[in-house]
Amino acid sequence: MITKVHMEALSPTMEEGQLVNWLKSEGDDVSNGEVLAEIETDKATMELVARGEGVLRKIFLDEGGTAPVGEVIAVIADAEEDISEVSGSGGGGSPSEDEEDDAEPAEAADDSESSSGAAEEEGQASEAEHDTSEAEPKESTSPDRAEGERIKASPLARRLAEDFGIDLAAVEGSGPAGRIVKRDVEEAKEKGVSAPTPSAPTAGDWSPDEEEYEDVAISQMRKTIAKRLVESIGPVPHFFLTIEVDMGRVMQARKTVNAMLEDEGRKVSINDFVLKATAGALRKHPNCNAHWLGADKGIRRFNPVHLGVAVAVEDGLITPVVRHAHQKGIARISDEVREMAGRAREKKLKPEEYTGATFSVSNLGMFGIEEFTAVINPPEAGILAVGGIEEIPVVEHGEVVVRPRMKITMSCDHRVIDGAQGARFLQTLKAMLEEPAAILV
Amino acid sequence: MASMTYRAALNEALREEMERDPDVFLMGEEVAEYDGAYKVSKGLLDEFGERRVVDSPISELGFGGLGVGAAMAGLRPVIEFMTFNFAFLAIDQVINAAAKMYYMSNGQFPMPVVFRGPTGAALQLSAQHSQACETYYAHAPGCKVVTPATPADAKGLLKASIRDDDPVAFMEGELLYNFKGEVPEDDDFVIPLGKAEVKREGADVSIITHGKMLHVALQAANKLEEDGVEAEVLDLRTVRPLDVDAILETVKKTNRAVYLEEGWSFLGVGAQVVTLIQEEAFDWLDAPVLRVTQADVPMPYAKNLEQLAKPNADRVVDACNKVLYR
Repeated sequence: MITKVHMEALSPTMEEGQLVNWLKSEGDDVSNGEVLAEIETDKATMELVARGEGVLRKIFLDEGGTAPVGEVIAVIADAEEDISEVSGSGGGGSPSEDEEDDAEPAEAADDSESSSGAAEEEGQASEAEHDTSEAEPKESTSPDRAEGERIKASPLARRLAEDFGIDLAAVEGSGPAGRIVKRDVEEAKEKGVSAPTPSAPTAGDWSPDEEEYEDVAISQMRKTIAKRLVESIGPVPHFFLTIEVDMGRVMQARKTVNAMLEDEGRKVSINDFVLKATAGALRKHPNCNAHWLGADKGIRRFNPVHLGVAVAVEDGLITPVVRHAHQKGIARISDEVREMAGRAREKKLKPEEYTGATFSVSNLGMFGIEEFTAVINPPEAGILAVGGIEEIPVVEHGEVVVRPRMKITMSCDHRVIDGAQGARFLQTLKAMLEEPAAILV
Repeated sequence: MASMTYRAALNEALREEMERDPDVFLMGEEVAEYDGAYKVSKGLLDEFGERRVVDSPISELGFGGLGVGAAMAGLRPVIEFMTFNFAFLAIDQVINAAAKMYYMSNGQFPMPVVFRGPTGAALQLSAQHSQACETYYAHAPGCKVVTPATPADAKGLLKASIRDDDPVAFMEGELLYNFKGEVPEDDDFVIPLGKAEVKREGADVSIITHGKMLHVALQAANKLEEDGVEAEVLDLRTVRPLDVDAILETVKKTNRAVYLEEGWSFLGVGAQVVTLIQEEAFDWLDAPVLRVTQADVPMPYAKNLEQLAKPNADRVVDACNKVLYR
């Protein structure tokens, strides 16, 4: 049996993939589920597995080559099977199957001009044979749809989605040309599609005994705020709050902690304290630990804090997520960030490791940046931009003294967080950093 | 219940209605001395005599018109066409006289006439004798169109058609006459016109059909069952008036439908049913409604080509799989 190996959507937003290396060569036996190749997506290097078994007969895409999602890049078949019918391309030459399928309606329309052919075709439902081979299961968890593209859904699927309160934009269609049909909506309902599906924490010992989140209905006033502010500033209406924090106590605390960890060869950074304090402060201000789900669905407030930590990589940035950060000790947060940042630079993060954050932190202090603003990563409602610690003169008790000070700027999504709410959160955060013992409370 | 052929069920219906009502008579080519071309009227001449079982000349337009006149005069004629394929000449009497009379006479002349005979293809009767004719009769208002597929339906619906005060085109099938089935033993077994019947229950997809295609639909449903798909088969039994409620009910149950008919797709019965579904059950549809029909060509004489032109169970299975996105 012939199994075409397609370039699969290995990340939610992937449109094309680069073949890093083939782990199998032409002529090798492959079994279902075996890793065939490593593919670099827009986010990470992922494994492409076989969806059938037999012999890897032909490779169309060379290492280093790029192919759009859906393109046939290799063929698995029995050793003696005729595969001459199958064509693929190393970088886009012959038309892919999807294109053929797209052309179909036009052909059918042509047929109807000549009075005899069309009705027969229709009657015989002869197109039925097409869809089978293309219905390869897709790995991606969110739809592969360009922005503004019309959502195709059957009338029934639309009605069910409305009944279930499911946003069709978040549902992947399994029907012809990506049409969303009944089974897709039902599946989405089971999975709870609008939730960001936070995956289980890696350590396995975090079992929060509380609800993952609470959906908060929004008032008309908030809807109006959301609508008006978006008109003013763009899809996410940011505003910015900056606070200056005295970091003397944190620096002391860091020394103490690192002295304790020295034997284990571990150490924590200032930023780890910022992360730990942020998680603690967010627990006290759950309205900042939230997602904007849209005007029709309102706001989702999370109980656990899943902190996104912006990490610069060679050609961009990515935000690995420290899950349940509020429950983890500072050394552990430090370990996780360091480990994930390392893999992020090698593009080895799994999608579940860089999605599902409830709030993010970006730190450019190490570049000598004093203060900056960060752009919110929707649907999160806030992000902290953390600057470097500067020795500056400040007035304390009527005297000028030199203190290590650090500026934190919070970007807030005004649809979710109002100025005073953000300010109170920052106050708490400042208090925790200026008296690290408060983190324990 | 008695097991009998479709032919015998029709014979029983005629006999019972002729016994019940002396105004009922049968006329057509070779219905008397020869017992009917397909032996549907077997024994009726002996039983009811030549005034009530009348051999006609080979002139469909002529004796079709006699039937209309007899109905105007108060009788209840049953006019047998050897096949509806021979009745194109007579369609003027059916559409322009019978179907209009009640309306154009302002209700003075009810039209209790039944035109009956086989329709559709048998085997290798070629283009002129293999046409499914129901669409022609169903198109104009004023004529009812009945297409029984089983012996029980044949009996119950013929009795209802004879008792009905409107003209009825009662369409049988050469390939159905020998088909056996259970028929209730009841002198007054009448099936109301305009009532469809679910011939097989299923939750996954609706195969809607009429006439002898019912048997193809059931075959397809059996094949689908092997694949784990439960198809519901709805037999319209009466093409006009259409059982709107039954059609909508099955579509709302399964969310997908395939219309199967013996005739051509263009302006066919299925086209009407699809329109109804999209107008009335749009929000219940999970897939476009597909049709399985005869190929859009005159029926070929060659056996292999004829098989290719006719709808069959595999094509119905394909269409069902398509609307199921399988």
